[in-house]
Amino acid sequence: MIYNIPFIAVVAMIFIGLFAVLFKRNLVKIVIGISIIESGVNLFLITLGYREGGVAPIFTSAPSEVVKNAPGSMVLPVPQALTLTSIVIGVAVLALMLSLIMHIYEHYGTLDVRKIRGPEE
Amino acid sequence: MNWFELITLHSPPLIVAVPLLAAFLTPLVSKINDTVRNLFVLIMLSITGLLVLILGYDVLTNGIRVYVFGGGAPLPSGMNIPVRIMFEIDSMTIFMVIITIILALISILYSWSFMKDKDGLDKYYTIILLLVTSIFGMELTGDLFNFFVFLEISCITSCALIAFYVNKKESLDAAFKYIVISSIGALFILFAIGLLYAQYNALNMATIANAIQFTFFDKIVLVLLITGLAMKSGLAPMHMWLPDAYSRSPASVTFILVGATLAGLYGSLRVIFTIYGNQLLNTGFTFYPGLIIGIIVTALGVLSIFIGVFMALKRSDFKKMIAYTAVAEIGYMFLAIGSYLIGLALSVPDNPQMLIAGTYALKGGLFHILNDALDIGLLFLVAGAVYYATKQTSLNSLGGLARNMKYTTIFFLIGLLAVSGMPPMNGFASKLLIYQSTYQISPILSIIAIICSIMLLAVFVKVFQSIFLGPEIPSLKNVKEVPKSMLAAMALVACIIIFIGLFPNIIIDNLVTPAAEALQNTTTYISTIVGGT
Repeated sequence: MIYNIPFIAVVAMIFIGLFAVLFKRNLVKIVIGISIIESGVNLFLITLGYREGGVAPIFTSAPSEVVKNAPGSMVLPVPQALTLTSIVIGVAVLALMLSLIMHIYEHYGTLDVRKIRGPEE
Repeated sequence: MNWFELITLHSPPLIVAVPLLAAFLTPLVSKINDTVRNLFVLIMLSITGLLVLILGYDVLTNGIRVYVFGGGAPLPSGMNIPVRIMFEIDSMTIFMVIITIILALISILYSWSFMKDKDGLDKYYTIILLLVTSIFGMELTGDLFNFFVFLEISCITSCALIAFYVNKKESLDAAFKYIVISSIGALFILFAIGLLYAQYNALNMATIANAIQFTFFDKIVLVLLITGLAMKSGLAPMHMWLPDAYSRSPASVTFILVGATLAGLYGSLRVIFTIYGNQLLNTGFTFYPGLIIGIIVTALGVLSIFIGVFMALKRSDFKKMIAYTAVAEIGYMFLAIGSYLIGLALSVPDNPQMLIAGTYALKGGLFHILNDALDIGLLFLVAGAVYYATKQTSLNSLGGLARNMKYTTIFFLIGLLAVSGMPPMNGFASKLLIYQSTYQISPILSIIAIICSIMLLAVFVKVFQSIFLGPEIPSLKNVKEVPKSMLAAMALVACIIIFIGLFPNIIIDNLVTPAAEALQNTTTYISTIVGGT
């Protein structure tokens, strides 16, 4: 059970984020929701990468008995690499969304989605 | 011919690398001169096009190509998991890459005069080249995480391009809508990739497809992946960003955005046919998984057709109508793919007729990808030309343009006939394949498809009548024909449309049939990487 807590947290964060995106009216809150979903997904990847008793795969700084006896206990760092990439992408998307919000506020003078509409047809 | 073999060997990464490098060189080159910059972008994309042709010839004659980054042999010795990033190129990839390069070249040619008097053009060309890079990457890669990275690049760059008119509030609105939808879709896809990695310890599509068990988690993954990619490709319940984004960005951008949308469609084809390809006829369930996926995809496709056509009928804005038509056209492709899956599942005990019908549906659907990109693209280019000449897009304030813009009128007529599936144009060839084959799966589907196609004709006859015909409007008396580069771009698309319409067999035999076979043949794709049988 105790090992499942991170996964429960992941699902909870994704649903909280989706709730914010779907039901909040403020653009900044929608962006926060997306950010929460992203953190949830990143937490999921990090949790996947955890191995009990694993050693970071840096050959020179690993304890000498690990290098000698059990080199297999070094962890393949793919999930960590994925998370780093995903965080970097997330920052780019976040910056783009916030700058769009700034421009939207300049034009409409509000951040309420109900008042932000294209031209009526 | 040693150097030629070398280029052939390294063409897959070069196709991605050349536009990427060109993108970051463009701001430097544009310091010299505007004309030099435009020529530079055009030449770089032509080099990419040449590489695409070389690679395409190689793949279509010699079969699937695998390119492993950072190593000659497929796998480093002693490893049984492919940990490296690989590009895997089969005929389906080639088909999509050719479509993308055609769209990119024509769009650059068109923007030469269309964007001439705008500011910030060095950034515009940089972002367009980055978008082209990301579309190529999504199509060439054989690695799921790499696919996600390119997908995110395409989200960011498309959003920046949709918001190109920063001083217009409605384009900002559309860009924000787009980036919210597509980044949520991309996060779904990343979550699904994490679930797959947790179960099979691999990110390579072929390795995952080899090991997949169709467990409970795999079903969740399938739903997440299809949902995320359908958001990206604008399928019906997730289509609301598409009309805004298409109609409020510059026409040259829309032309490439069609390519980005189709890359999302390509991703869902890869998921259904490659990753889950061997599970479509899994006998462990009451119904075949293929049948259920097929019914859902068909239903969504029909829904898209309905929504697209009816919303297009109701609009009075020229570009919005074309954008809703694009939703309907995406629906036709998904309808064809779903029909293939249904046909495959129904054919199993002793009904090979269904499989043949399904295969024709798949061919029609793939062929329609090419035709849709050209038809919708041409209409958007014409809409851009009308906007360039008159600064209007509303049907109510336009009229009698055929007097002054005779070439544009002819191109619009060609696009109109093509998009509604009239005989001498390319839309007829692919739509006829879809009608014929879906009739054998279920007559209702083909009736819906035909009726909606006729209604598309009604939509565009109305547009044609009110924009190009009718009395001259005083305020539009001094309208001039658009510049030559825009006319050349439109003429090029129109020529391709008529050529495909007159000789559809050339395209079907040389590009579409190999692509359909590559999709159906999951085992070949897997065994190229995993090895053995």
